[in-house]
Amino acid sequence: MKISRKDFLRLSGLGCVGLTFRKLAAAAGRTRWGMAIDTAKCLKQPDCTKCIEACNHAHNVPQLPDPRHTVKWIWKEPFDRAFLNQVDDYSPLRAAPVMVLCNHCDDPPCVRVCPTQATFKRDDGIVEMDYHRCIGCRYCMAACPYGSRSFNWQDPRAYIHQPNPDFPTRTKGVVEKCNFCSERLAVGQPPACVAVCPEKALVFGNLADPHSEIRQLLASRRHMRRKPELGTQPQVFYIV
Amino acid sequence: MRDRPVIYCGLLLFAGFLTLPIWHNLAAHVTTKGPAPVLPAHEKQCVAPLAYMRTSHMDLLFDWRADVVRQSGRDYTTFDGRHYNMSLTKTCLQCHGSKAEFCDRCHNYTAVSLPCWNCHLDVKPVLRSAR
Repeated sequence: MKISRKDFLRLSGLGCVGLTFRKLAAAAGRTRWGMAIDTAKCLKQPDCTKCIEACNHAHNVPQLPDPRHTVKWIWKEPFDRAFLNQVDDYSPLRAAPVMVLCNHCDDPPCVRVCPTQATFKRDDGIVEMDYHRCIGCRYCMAACPYGSRSFNWQDPRAYIHQPNPDFPTRTKGVVEKCNFCSERLAVGQPPACVAVCPEKALVFGNLADPHSEIRQLLASRRHMRRKPELGTQPQVFYIV
Repeated sequence: MRDRPVIYCGLLLFAGFLTLPIWHNLAAHVTTKGPAPVLPAHEKQCVAPLAYMRTSHMDLLFDWRADVVRQSGRDYTTFDGRHYNMSLTKTCLQCHGSKAEFCDRCHNYTAVSLPCWNCHLDVKPVLRSAR
């Protein structure tokens, strides 16, 4: 088939327009999961650990007695440690503990350093781990500025008291972390921690949708992110 | 022909030596029976034809793994149009019962050790211990 120069240019132009439309259409239907944590609401019940327990049960997170070996997906951290150099000595926020978990960063350093791509970022923004590929090198743990990753120094099975048969455990020699409950999102349920929070302090939603609850909340309330100066763009927001 | 007893004794010894593996297996109670995994009682058709599952179930499981973990796909359409949730514990073991009665039988027989169950939970013992 012979094609004239004019036809070639015309077709190329049409192709470019088509590609742009496809990208625009993809962007319009995009999902970007994120979380907002209302610190004041969370503090209404200072001794509540329901989210931690729900997460631990849902994901078979072991309870290891040795603090050097602990495995954490979501946990409490003193505010001034979670927000290092972001609060001064006189801030009223200082004393209160906050819930911390994997920030599912937009530019996750753990993904960048993983030599096997066991950690990867999904299209919906979740920083997911493929435990089958993890070789236990712990580069990701060194790279994560939030300490959101834990290493299994020993077989965790013995320390899981009520195993949840619907979710695998991990094995000795792999790193693990919060997965934003991707297994629950796949069946249309919110993350376990969000579902059990009695004060509804944890708000989960699609950050790409301007009408979502989380976007409305972030638009109307003052919020901060952990270590923003590092440029990792955390997608977990703290309403203060 | 005075050597006849010696020759016969030698032949007998030789025959015994030649058939030594047979006597050894008889003594060790080795049978010619196969591994005999327990097959599902009600379901007649697996997610793929039997011949494929026999030779390539590991490839299918690897594909499922890649789909679920890396592509977030959960639905598997079989060759004859049925749909399944891609899950080792929720789908495979639903029909095949337990790891001990199905997977282990053949894998022990062929001396293939798998890391699957280091993480994935064999549902039946877990439920039993939770009760």
